Amino acid sequence: MTDVEASPATEHEHHLHGHHADAGHDGEHGPHDAVSDNRYIVIAVILAVITAAEVAASYIDLGAVFIPLLLFMMAVKFFIVASFFMHLRFDNRVFTWLFYTGVVLAVVVYVIALLTFRFFEA
Amino acid sequence: MSDVVKEDVVDAAVDEAHSGDIAGALADAHDDGHGEAHHSSLGLSNTKLAMWLFLGSECLLFGGLITTYMLYRNAHSADVGPDQLWDIPFTSASSFVLLMSSLTMVMAVSAANRKDDRNTKSWLIVTALLGSLFLAGQVYEFTTFYREGLGYTDSLFASSFYTLTGFHGVHVSVGIVMLLATMAMIAKNKISGDKAETVEMVGLYWHFVDVVWIIIFTLVYLIPA
Repeated sequence: MTDVEASPATEHEHHLHGHHADAGHDGEHGPHDAVSDNRYIVIAVILAVITAAEVAASYIDLGAVFIPLLLFMMAVKFFIVASFFMHLRFDNRVFTWLFYTGVVLAVVVYVIALLTFRFFEA
Repeated sequence: MSDVVKEDVVDAAVDEAHSGDIAGALADAHDDGHGEAHHSSLGLSNTKLAMWLFLGSECLLFGGLITTYMLYRNAHSADVGPDQLWDIPFTSASSFVLLMSSLTMVMAVSAANRKDDRNTKSWLIVTALLGSLFLAGQVYEFTTFYREGLGYTDSLFASSFYTLTGFHGVHVSVGIVMLLATMAMIAKNKISGDKAETVEMVGLYWHFVDVVWIIIFTLVYLIPA
């Protein structure tokens, strides 16, 4: 192959590689390589342990700590699944903003709705 | 310009086109149409952007249903309420099944990224089976509750509970159809775009169904009225 023939091909190859590199940076293919299969299993075990702790807590009299503790464990499980299984931790931040905007909007709107119905008053 | 010079210029242009630009353009066109996802002006996949937007809006749907349940969870008769009906060990096992289906789903996505079609299909079918097991548990639970006297229109508690968990069940059913359809399309090589991205989109939906259940399990089943 002559230099004249090789040059555009090489340039095109660079373009394609560059595209993939950029895409990976943007989170098109990159985030999936960030966590290994073994790590996914460890995460699933952590989720199972937290679920077991939640169920165990519901059988124990923990007093005033009970509901905040359950809500905390629920939030931890939510964030673990969203961050690692849904790859938000490694993906482009636009996706994180889109999803958590929905979550925060839902929480704010419905907490206001519950307040109007005096839900939190004993 | 002489005819000989004109001919040389044309030949050089054709050579250049054949060696680089047109071939590159064709390769790009092929990639855009069949190998790569279409990208938005942000440089992100349109499909992925749309899926995250959809999931964000789904939060509002489930937020409304959860709120309605929370408001009416005490609106039931004395003998047919959560205290008499809930079977926490059974629902915990059911939750565990759905949680593990998220693991098998992420394994499918991982295999798809490795272009390992065989394992992708295997993990997809395991995920669909676990989803079906969860759904079977929900049908069993609904049947039991109905036999114990909790009809859909018997109380505000019953209506809000069945609507919330029923909507979630419908989402799981749609997810199972998506999983099986994706598996069949991979088997028949019918996915025209980025195969890994298609599996990932189904995965995002499936994980969302799982996170919604994480919330329902805690707020509906574990926290007493």
